[in-house]
Amino acid sequence: MTSVRKSQLNRRPWLSTILLYLGVAMMLFPFVWMILSSFKTKADVYAYPPRWIPSTWSWDNYQKVFDTIPFLRYYWNSIFTSVVQTFLQVALSITAGYALTRIEFPGSGLYRRLMQSSMFVPAVVTMIPLYLTVASLRLIDTYAGIILPQIETAFLTMLLMSFFASIPDDLVDSANIDGCGYYRVLTNVIVPNSSGAIATATLFAFLGNWKSYTWPLIITNNTYYRTLPIGMKYLVQESSSEYQVMMAASVMAILPILITFMFTEKQLVRSVTLTGMK
Amino acid sequence: MSLSARKIQIGRKTYRLNAVLVGWSLLLPSLAFMIFIFVIPLVQVISLSFSNFSMITGTGTNIGLRNYRYLLNNDRFWNAMFNTVKYAAFKLTVDTTLALLIAVMLDRNIPGKRFLRASYFSPVVVPVVASSLIWIWFYDPSVGPFNQILSFLGLPTSRWLFHENTALLSILIFSVWKGVGYNMILFLSGLQNIPDSYLEAARMDGATEMKVFFKIKLPLLRPITSFIIMMGVINSFKVFTEINVMTPDGGPLGSTTLIVNYIYDQAFTSGRMGRASAAALLLFVVIFLLTELQRAINAKKHVDLV
Repeated sequence: MTSVRKSQLNRRPWLSTILLYLGVAMMLFPFVWMILSSFKTKADVYAYPPRWIPSTWSWDNYQKVFDTIPFLRYYWNSIFTSVVQTFLQVALSITAGYALTRIEFPGSGLYRRLMQSSMFVPAVVTMIPLYLTVASLRLIDTYAGIILPQIETAFLTMLLMSFFASIPDDLVDSANIDGCGYYRVLTNVIVPNSSGAIATATLFAFLGNWKSYTWPLIITNNTYYRTLPIGMKYLVQESSSEYQVMMAASVMAILPILITFMFTEKQLVRSVTLTGMK
Repeated sequence: MSLSARKIQIGRKTYRLNAVLVGWSLLLPSLAFMIFIFVIPLVQVISLSFSNFSMITGTGTNIGLRNYRYLLNNDRFWNAMFNTVKYAAFKLTVDTTLALLIAVMLDRNIPGKRFLRASYFSPVVVPVVASSLIWIWFYDPSVGPFNQILSFLGLPTSRWLFHENTALLSILIFSVWKGVGYNMILFLSGLQNIPDSYLEAARMDGATEMKVFFKIKLPLLRPITSFIIMMGVINSFKVFTEINVMTPDGGPLGSTTLIVNYIYDQAFTSGRMGRASAAALLLFVVIFLLTELQRAINAKKHVDLV
């Protein structure tokens, strides 16, 4: 084993290294372009030969985003809906996951199958009747209308179930002997012993909710309730294709996510490989 | 007898009454949402698909199979299906090959490996709308960097998103940029799970790196490869956002209208909820058949191996 490692160390795969760094330059180029361009003037954008570096560095484009669209409103809508959705999804997944792995009761097998089959049905199939129901409940252009139909828990529940099932029975048994009922076992044994898994599930759910697009698009007509992705989609028309302004908006939408990603990359990558989750 | 010790019998099994009560109380909220956002809509979409329900009038009557007959004879529906198949075929070949190539190279002794892995993965986590805005500019025929570079090099420029021959391709390039890191991570974990002893044994027997790849690594990656291909096909039939942002009108001559965009258009632009429901169910049938096919192929491969 060590001999292979050593021989690999001795000859660095230079060709692969060069190719990989060329590839990464292409992968990161859009982000670099976005950040540089968010400081460009309109003249820089139309300059030929193309200007890569802004002629002057100013925050004008950022100011213009706030002048053109209610950007902070969109941002707040996204934060609020994503946080509430994530909280509900994780809470429901914890309780359901616990019941399905640790408690024996009739109907649990049936629910498990229902959950699995729900993951095979694309969202667009149920979207139209769901829209009509939400419309008839007069929930169009409301937070409830955005949030409630998006409380899908099947994937998170299955993910948490695999972690809950791996908690040793001894831990639960000794809690039972100490007089813990089902609820106390959940709060005192299961949750503390799977805090890492719950944190990862929360992160995943949040990222998914943050970029949610189709449902908020159909359920909001009023700009007041637009979430960030919807607001940015309409920015293309409302800024009359002023690219430098669009880039400033993109920077503000992307940067928090990229920073979160930098700090949580290891956990994210590990759970992708564990579950194949997107 | 205390409540927690009481037993009830359902079918052939005996349960503790307490367990039944607690179990159901914990599951109930999830079940309520499952019924509200999945079970009821699934039943409704079937009955909607047999009606001419219109969002504009808010009414509809049963018209039997007319929606299905209309769709199966409609050029625009088939165009959307065909575009989706094209999209899936291109995305699968290019995306899977590139992802595997990058993973195999990264699986070696590369300096800055963690940085590289994170960078290839980063477009996956970024919201699609925000990254689409960058690419809309890239593809701008006059002030977009792609054409500026091409004309600077004296090469012919392209109209990218604005020409029916290149619009879908442009979106595909974006999709590969966006998604390749995801499959790369999956391949990489598969490669890292291959025991060193297998590879060492082969190298000792004098196998070239090429042979090690094709005879050992690739066959051992088969479960991951088939997972990636299956998810790739299914996800291709769900693509909506980047199309809706980059070509809101469905592209020149409908060249970027994928099936979900067609359904969205029918339902929410034209208000034909009945017809859109029928199209959505046809899409579901396609996805269902594809998963079954994939399952059958996998089962057969398994038999071959034994």
